[in-house]
Amino acid sequence: MITILKKEINEFLDSLIAYVVIGMFLVGVGLLIWVFPETNVLDYGYASMETLFSLAPYVFMFLIPAITMKAFAEEKRGGTIELLYTLPFRDIEIVIGKFLAGFFLVIFSVLPTLIYYFTLSYLGNPVGNIDTAGIIGSYIGLILLGGIFTAIGVLSSALTGNQIVSFILAAFLCFAFYAGFDSIAAINIWSETSYIIEQVGILSHYETLSKGLIDMSDVVYFGSMIVLFLYLTRIILNVQKG
Amino acid sequence: MSIKVDQLTKVYGAQKALDSISFEASKGKITGFLGPNGAGKSTTMKIATGYIGLTSGSVQVNGIDVSSQPLEVKRITGYLPEHNPLYLEMYVKEYLNFVASAYKLNSKAVKIANMIEMCGLEREQHKRIGALSKGYRQRVGLAQALIHDPEVLILDEPTSGLDPNQLVEIRKVIKEASKDKTVILSTHIMQEVEALCDKVVIINKGKIVADDAVKNLKSMKSDQVAYRVEFEENIDPLLFEAEGLQIVDMEDNRYQIHAKEDPRKAIMKVAGEHGLPLINIAKEEQSLEGVFQELTQGE
Repeated sequence: MITILKKEINEFLDSLIAYVVIGMFLVGVGLLIWVFPETNVLDYGYASMETLFSLAPYVFMFLIPAITMKAFAEEKRGGTIELLYTLPFRDIEIVIGKFLAGFFLVIFSVLPTLIYYFTLSYLGNPVGNIDTAGIIGSYIGLILLGGIFTAIGVLSSALTGNQIVSFILAAFLCFAFYAGFDSIAAINIWSETSYIIEQVGILSHYETLSKGLIDMSDVVYFGSMIVLFLYLTRIILNVQKG
Repeated sequence: MSIKVDQLTKVYGAQKALDSISFEASKGKITGFLGPNGAGKSTTMKIATGYIGLTSGSVQVNGIDVSSQPLEVKRITGYLPEHNPLYLEMYVKEYLNFVASAYKLNSKAVKIANMIEMCGLEREQHKRIGALSKGYRQRVGLAQALIHDPEVLILDEPTSGLDPNQLVEIRKVIKEASKDKTVILSTHIMQEVEALCDKVVIINKGKIVADDAVKNLKSMKSDQVAYRVEFEENIDPLLFEAEGLQIVDMEDNRYQIHAKEDPRKAIMKVAGEHGLPLINIAKEEQSLEGVFQELTQGE
């Protein structure tokens, strides 16, 4: 697994994907938080990082599929998947290795935004007047959300041999799981079941974490969604091999 | 210590790719695996390496069952897939290092250096694989298959698309590497089988049609003898047919004569009687090509 992880990370660094992804994420989020008039914190007047945590999922929806779209699609196109599967790796090792490589890249792109926390804490009046607990919860939520998106991306990449199809499919699925279930639940036909539908989606769990409330059930939700998508990936790859 | 394929069947949807084939490849020998395109060569090799599953039957590599213990089989098997897929953006050494870590080898650097020397990659070792010519990529593929000193080596068309010089060199590497290993090698090229293999398995439409030593196979088709005769000018083939010889016009005043027994006397007699300008008579060697064609065509 470590071997696969190393290979994938080398590939990211070698192909500039890593730099482009981290750079784009920071530029995008930086502009939203500090510069654009509708969203910037300075005009808003409160020392809050809410903008980051409400907008970052939408930035992830495009960036993460771009990271993961080649995970299996490229191996299938180049035939190298046959190499991977005839070297002594377990099937699940290959899937987890690829997932972790993408996940680390997501974590590394989020880490520099910690600077915003210190900046805002300093700008607060009095200095340090910032909701630290809420921010810790939000970071955990954001990283776990990145995990689910990465798992969705890896799954989409396993479904097709075409990177563009993989990208679009992953972006769609990320959106559907993030906000789609909430919107469906909001349709006025479900009565009681609407709560369950809402719980399947990511948004309700993410919002709880953003309030600084680190509830085990939410963390378990994120973990089990990741496991579910990775397990599906493994099954799909095995079916495709025949 | 060998590869033992027993009653192996593979069904893709409605199509039977392999129809209960059985054969063995023994240690220290190179087994040639022949067959027309789509006969099931690659499918068999993919099953033997644990890449794809099987429908029924079994494959045992050194006594280990592939379907129940694929990881153990992968550890002792070196495999060069068809078309030799490689990570083109990796450097040669980086790639070999990746493969060596996959096999969890100790003293990786030494083994990589050995492989580079053995496969003649010294000059190219600092390049990206994508920048290498086809012959050198094939060497990288071989180095990948050999780096963990596998007991079993499975090579799927290792020499396809190489120029004659590269062909000879790659064959040399295979021959050298295969001394104490069990090797299965698939190919279309008959000379390669004659040059490399001790034993041949011919497969056609998912069934085994021959499984024998190379020299036995060559004598299979020998109920007739064939001679090639050449004349200075066009002759009338009917003159020979009158003597009970089968004659085939091969263009450029060359003919092939088939008979049950040595036809040379009869040929000389006909040539003498009609004053034909005979300039050459030569025996046609029984070729593996002929045997291959006979076994895999028609039905």
